[in-house]
Amino acid sequence: MSQTQVPVIVIGTGLAGYNLVKEFRKQDAETPVLMITADDGCNYSKPMLSTGFTKGKSASELAMADAGKMAEQLNVTIRTNTRVTSIDPETHTIFIGEESIAYDKLVLAWGAEPVAVRIEGDAGEHIFAINDLQDYANFRAELDDKKRVLVMGAGLIGCEYANDLSNGGYEVDVVAPCNQIIPNLLPEPAASAVQHGLEGLGVKFHLGPLVRRVTQTEQGLVADLSNGEQVETDIIISAIGLRPRLDLAVKAGLQVNQGICVDRSLQTSDADIYALGDCAEVDGKVLLYVMPLMASARALAKTLAGQPTDVSYGAMPIMIKTPVVPVVVSPPATEGLWDIERSGVNVKALCRDDAGALLGYALTGTCVADKLALNKELPAILK
Amino acid sequence: MKKWECVVCGWVYDEEEGCPEEGLAPGTAWADVPDDFICPDCGVGKDDFEMVEI
Repeated sequence: MSQTQVPVIVIGTGLAGYNLVKEFRKQDAETPVLMITADDGCNYSKPMLSTGFTKGKSASELAMADAGKMAEQLNVTIRTNTRVTSIDPETHTIFIGEESIAYDKLVLAWGAEPVAVRIEGDAGEHIFAINDLQDYANFRAELDDKKRVLVMGAGLIGCEYANDLSNGGYEVDVVAPCNQIIPNLLPEPAASAVQHGLEGLGVKFHLGPLVRRVTQTEQGLVADLSNGEQVETDIIISAIGLRPRLDLAVKAGLQVNQGICVDRSLQTSDADIYALGDCAEVDGKVLLYVMPLMASARALAKTLAGQPTDVSYGAMPIMIKTPVVPVVVSPPATEGLWDIERSGVNVKALCRDDAGALLGYALTGTCVADKLALNKELPAILK
Repeated sequence: MKKWECVVCGWVYDEEEGCPEEGLAPGTAWADVPDDFICPDCGVGKDDFEMVEI
């Protein structure tokens, strides 16, 4: 390896960045790699942030290795607490303020950010959107002497936090402007089974209204909902959704839509810039889940090592970590007919096309055991 | 007997214990775990496991 060889630069050290480089090193032990992260570079698994209490882990225990250990393990240079400020595709250069660094290939693995929400009142600093380990640590520190948590949002993440915080002994209220929980993924009977399970833990759902205003009182916080209801609480989690980070890509002139547009080889509209994970829109699909990210990491590692490889996604069942009523769901990509069997909180919902082929499913409770058999029948998402 | 860890979430498969909940009897070697096995905690596939030293 020549000392002056221009590196592959990876922006982001989340699951996408680290797993890409781990896979790349299996193909290529020599090419210099520079990783740049705005946080401290700890290697942790983002999906595990909503399982801290259930697994009995603090924020620092969720970190698997620090940046120094990762740099050594992967034979790369990692710049932590560093923000890339712009990208110039013409000259193959990234900028960190005044400093410029040349790249051979550039990989965008900088993830997604929480949808911002404007809440009236004087309690903004008590509203936490948890998007990384540092956010989680800040939340846990503030949570320490509190008893009640209000979760805004009843999607996958909101419900996972509701279950986890209940397991941690907190009183949980969930407020969301929808008719059922996890509306984007679950058919109604499955959602209602999970809601029933969470209610059994003491979680109170306020479905329909939004949080309008939060004010501080001597006893904690009061949330005013849009239906006139008031909820007393101590701390608030905002879990209303994520969107891919696009700013730097837009400034660099890369093609974006909902995410940074990449083809099946994970290449952006610029030949030497690639993207994967939560910031990427792969062949028109933005999927903020681990399975597509891992498939992308494996394919892109080969491409970067000189063996052009297209990514393919198989079936993609999503596990929802609500242990009180476990859920696995594979949302159908096209319309079909649902056949739903329900017994208590155990739901087996199968979606089939006219010819009877399985398009997707939602399983709750003991029915999750059927997933292995059903996965064999599922269609691939990107063949 | 070896242990295998999910690189995504840290869940560990211990060959000695197997994973009866997922239909894997104690003593099932990793090589004999079906290819469509998925991590019971986070749902990723068998490829996303690595052997860990005990």
